[in-house]
Amino acid sequence: MKEKLKKIMDAALEQIDATEQPGKLNDIKVAFLGKKGELTSLLKSMKDLAPEDRPKAGQMVNEARARIDEKLEAKKKEFEKAILEERLINEKIDVTLPGTKLAQGHRHPSNITLEEVEDIFIGMGYEVVEGPEIEKDYYNFEALNIPANHPAKDEQDTFYITQDILLRTQTSSVQVHEMEKGRLPIRMIAPGRVFRSDEMDATHSPTFHQIEGLVIDKGITFADLKGTLQEFAKRLFGEDTRIKFRPHHFQFTEPSAEVDVSCFKCGGKGCRFCKGSGWVEILGCGMVHPHVLEMSGIDPEEYSGFAFGVGLERIALFKYEIDDMRLLYENDTRFLKQF
Amino acid sequence: MDTSLSWIKAYVPGLSCSAQEYTDAMTLSGTKVEGYKELDKNLDKIIVGKINKIEKHPDADKLVVCQVQIDKKGTEVQIVTGAPNVKEGQKVPVVLEGGHVASSHKDGESEDGFKIKKGKLRGIDSYGMMCSIEELGSNSNMYPDADPDGIYILSDNKEYKDAEIGSDAIALLGLHDVVFEYEITSNRVDCFGVLGIAREAAATFGKEFVPPVVTKTGNNEDASAYISVEVKNPELCPRYTARVVKNIKLAPSPEWMQRRLASVGIRPINNIVDITNYVMEEYAQPMHAYDLDTIGDRKIIVRKAEAGEKFITLDGQERELDNTMLMICDGKKPIGIAGIMGGENSMITDNVSTMLFEAATFDGTNIRLSGKKLGMRTDAQAKFEKGLDPENTMKAMDRACQLIEELGAGEVVGGAVDIYPVKKEPVVIPYNAGKINALLGTDIPEEEMVKYFEKIDLIVDRKEKTVTVPTWRQDLFRLADLAEEVARFYGYDKIPVTLPKSTATTGGLTNKLKMEKIARTTAEAYGFCEGMTYSFESPKVYDKLCLAEDDILRKSIRISNPLGEDYSIMRTSALGGMLSSLANNYSKRNKDVRLYEIANIYVPKELPLTELPDERTVLTFGMYGEGDFFTMKGVIEAVFKKLGLSGITEYKTGKRNYLHPGRQAEVIYNGKEIAYLGEVHPVVQKNFGIGERVYIAAIDLKTVSSFPAYTAKYQGVPKFPAIIRDISLSMKKDVTAGEVEEIIRKKGGKILESYELFDVYEGSQLIKGYKSLAYKIVFRAKDRTLTDEEAVKAMDKIISSLAKKEVVLRQ
Repeated sequence: MKEKLKKIMDAALEQIDATEQPGKLNDIKVAFLGKKGELTSLLKSMKDLAPEDRPKAGQMVNEARARIDEKLEAKKKEFEKAILEERLINEKIDVTLPGTKLAQGHRHPSNITLEEVEDIFIGMGYEVVEGPEIEKDYYNFEALNIPANHPAKDEQDTFYITQDILLRTQTSSVQVHEMEKGRLPIRMIAPGRVFRSDEMDATHSPTFHQIEGLVIDKGITFADLKGTLQEFAKRLFGEDTRIKFRPHHFQFTEPSAEVDVSCFKCGGKGCRFCKGSGWVEILGCGMVHPHVLEMSGIDPEEYSGFAFGVGLERIALFKYEIDDMRLLYENDTRFLKQF
Repeated sequence: MDTSLSWIKAYVPGLSCSAQEYTDAMTLSGTKVEGYKELDKNLDKIIVGKINKIEKHPDADKLVVCQVQIDKKGTEVQIVTGAPNVKEGQKVPVVLEGGHVASSHKDGESEDGFKIKKGKLRGIDSYGMMCSIEELGSNSNMYPDADPDGIYILSDNKEYKDAEIGSDAIALLGLHDVVFEYEITSNRVDCFGVLGIAREAAATFGKEFVPPVVTKTGNNEDASAYISVEVKNPELCPRYTARVVKNIKLAPSPEWMQRRLASVGIRPINNIVDITNYVMEEYAQPMHAYDLDTIGDRKIIVRKAEAGEKFITLDGQERELDNTMLMICDGKKPIGIAGIMGGENSMITDNVSTMLFEAATFDGTNIRLSGKKLGMRTDAQAKFEKGLDPENTMKAMDRACQLIEELGAGEVVGGAVDIYPVKKEPVVIPYNAGKINALLGTDIPEEEMVKYFEKIDLIVDRKEKTVTVPTWRQDLFRLADLAEEVARFYGYDKIPVTLPKSTATTGGLTNKLKMEKIARTTAEAYGFCEGMTYSFESPKVYDKLCLAEDDILRKSIRISNPLGEDYSIMRTSALGGMLSSLANNYSKRNKDVRLYEIANIYVPKELPLTELPDERTVLTFGMYGEGDFFTMKGVIEAVFKKLGLSGITEYKTGKRNYLHPGRQAEVIYNGKEIAYLGEVHPVVQKNFGIGERVYIAAIDLKTVSSFPAYTAKYQGVPKFPAIIRDISLSMKKDVTAGEVEEIIRKKGGKILESYELFDVYEGSQLIKGYKSLAYKIVFRAKDRTLTDEEAVKAMDKIISSLAKKEVVLRQ
């Protein structure tokens, strides 16, 4: 019995080893372990054994069965591995072939820039608000300390609808709306379209965008304005950016300033983008004029604030090295898809 | 505004700095220097030479060979020239071998100038060049004594004829100088004159400011014996000052004056005109000179013009006036438009013997509006528009008379006629160092602030803590103004950098802006690029869009002063801009173009506007190339979903003229139209020059944002199995999918989870005029496994309802 068993097992193991086709493994399994297989027959013949020998013989047969099974499984894995390896070799592709072109839209470069600016100020606790583009003279001029017939009014080349209604020339008008709401403190930016009657050319457009900023609270200082705009410039143009405040004049701020940032193309050494100066003017700002506060019902003895206005296109053109403003309004997809 | 450095130094003698240092320091103290030009930038080795001998060139008729003495010792160099105006004995500017000139006779002006080398002209050696005024970087307008067509003959000018041979000709001609260009802001009227800028320069560099000392002028007569003045509109002419000069001797003004005028771009004419211009530049006070003999009744009347009155200005142009314009008149007739330009009838000519000098101030707004209406813009007008200081007129007048006496241009008559009914009083402002520091965020000592005030000639009362502001500073009224003076002399760059320490606030976008951001992201995910178009539109666009005469879109807001007819109305639809953008892409042969824009349209409540219009933010899509109506529908449905419109959107065939009548829909949500879409009408498509089918959609974001958004709630992942039924339905072609789906929705009951159209068939297997729609319908209960009977019951209800519309199961 023992010899017989060994013989069967050896034969089975040998056959498994010798098999070269995966399909044959099942035949071997049937031949040895199947219902009519050799090992099964041997098991059946156990009834001829003495009862006391049966458990041992049974155990031996089961061990042999397990060994054959194990061997079959191992061989099967070997085959699978070989097949997979062959498949992987056959499936090699030229990875330098082009990727599938998936339709992908692109955001307008001005709005990419705007979102960056918004994110910076939202992070500093500013609300983003909007105001009307067609505006009353009062909000665009008078409430900003630019009374009727003031020369500063002429400088802005305003489009008028009626004597009293115009296309806003500056987002500063939104300042007044926010102040009138009477909710203090204020920390807001107001992006939006503005209009000036400039003929369109490479550097002018009758429509462009500004981002107005306004902070009003107790104890706001010019130093806070400097700090805020420095933070803004560093986040937008990079940590190494320096800013320069130059005295200037705006009717609705006092003191007023224009702000230059060190050219982030050349780092301030001078290049064609900054016209050799190393600096680029990006915004105008100042402490809110006490008369402007008074007109909107805020007591300048108690509150102070600062305001600033950024030209969005100026930044976008500079950032993306776009040399003609008209491209922003032609909507040629060959242009738009570059951003 | 321009000034030369030498002119500034005339009043700030201690000033010593490079052009760049001046530029930087002045800009940082508030007088912005836009740029500068060094007049001698390309001039080198140019001396005064003397032509000792001229001989004919042996081989060229038009050339001569000159022996030119270049130093006191008598050294001569040989120079060949083609200039026609040289004679022996003349002194001329000579650029020596190795030197530089600014421009060349042949090539014109050059950025880096031209180097002069030894050369041969037709075989004869030439060691340098005699120069014309152009080669020295200027022109005969600015140097009226220079020959416009030849060498600048220095010895023809009495001020140059004794110049030492070999001396620096650049210095002689006043070209070692720098001209600065400033951007002066409208509040600093005083800085539209050289004296104002010089005062700022002195304060900036901490040097002494030395303005001209004006002494008493005039003979024993009195001007009032020659002229009387009456101002009928003192509100438009706060001050009118007149003086008289007789025995006028016209002559060129001296070189120093000519040079200063030339440096700021004013052409020297003669002593009287030059003095007028000089004082205008120096004091920022325009003046005018009349020939007194032309003035009727020896009387000046300042009054408004009569409507339709005609007047010939000194440039020979006839101007038509209206009754708002201020005129200078004599006893009989107008003789000048106040503050803008004098008349031809009273102007100074070469025969003038007695002259009336006028220095006045006028209402800036009135001058500005008159100039605008007349289409004129003179130098004088540009200054008057700012609103000049009336205290300045007499100072400027006396300075001009002083120059007349100094230059021997005439005999100044004593006294002046001065009409100045309301004297301008200086403003007194209390200062408070603590408040100034609190506004600036600085810690500047009070005494330092006071020193800044005194540097710019504010009169400080330390005891009362007030400053008295001289009348020329028309921009200082209150503490904030003083704070700016402190800040700019302390240095904006030295003010600390801090962040607001006040109340914490939470920032963020408004709901509307959040929605716009989501819409952008969604549009881009489907391949749409964001465009931007103008808010202006041409009225012609209505016809291009085939709008009916009474279409509501034609009711648009007109700009009263547009850039042109094509930009004259505010758009009531973003479609024109979108189609133009698509057409632009089409003309550039861009394929498969998809664009979107989020922008406002402007809907007037009534015309003409009496209140602000309704500004509606619209998301507009446009595309041609790959995709069709249903692509566009898919895109807007995706946007609706992302925007949180969880309810049912209905599509109804629309009636818009600019869209294909059979391929357009209005989108209704909660009973309100929120969008429309469709294929652009072939005629409109052609009108815009697009050669392919165009699909557009417009979503009214304002209406969409009125629905409660962000209502998406977690529904749970289904726990129980669904029962799915596929049905194929046959119906007449004019039954819409929308109608079928409405029945499925209504009759499916609570267990209806979803339905989806998966096939549309029209063809030979169906009766003509019929189509087939195939739906997958999904039933599911949330709390149990659905039984077949329940699904069958629901399906029966659906099918029997459909049958009423003659929609039947396909056999």
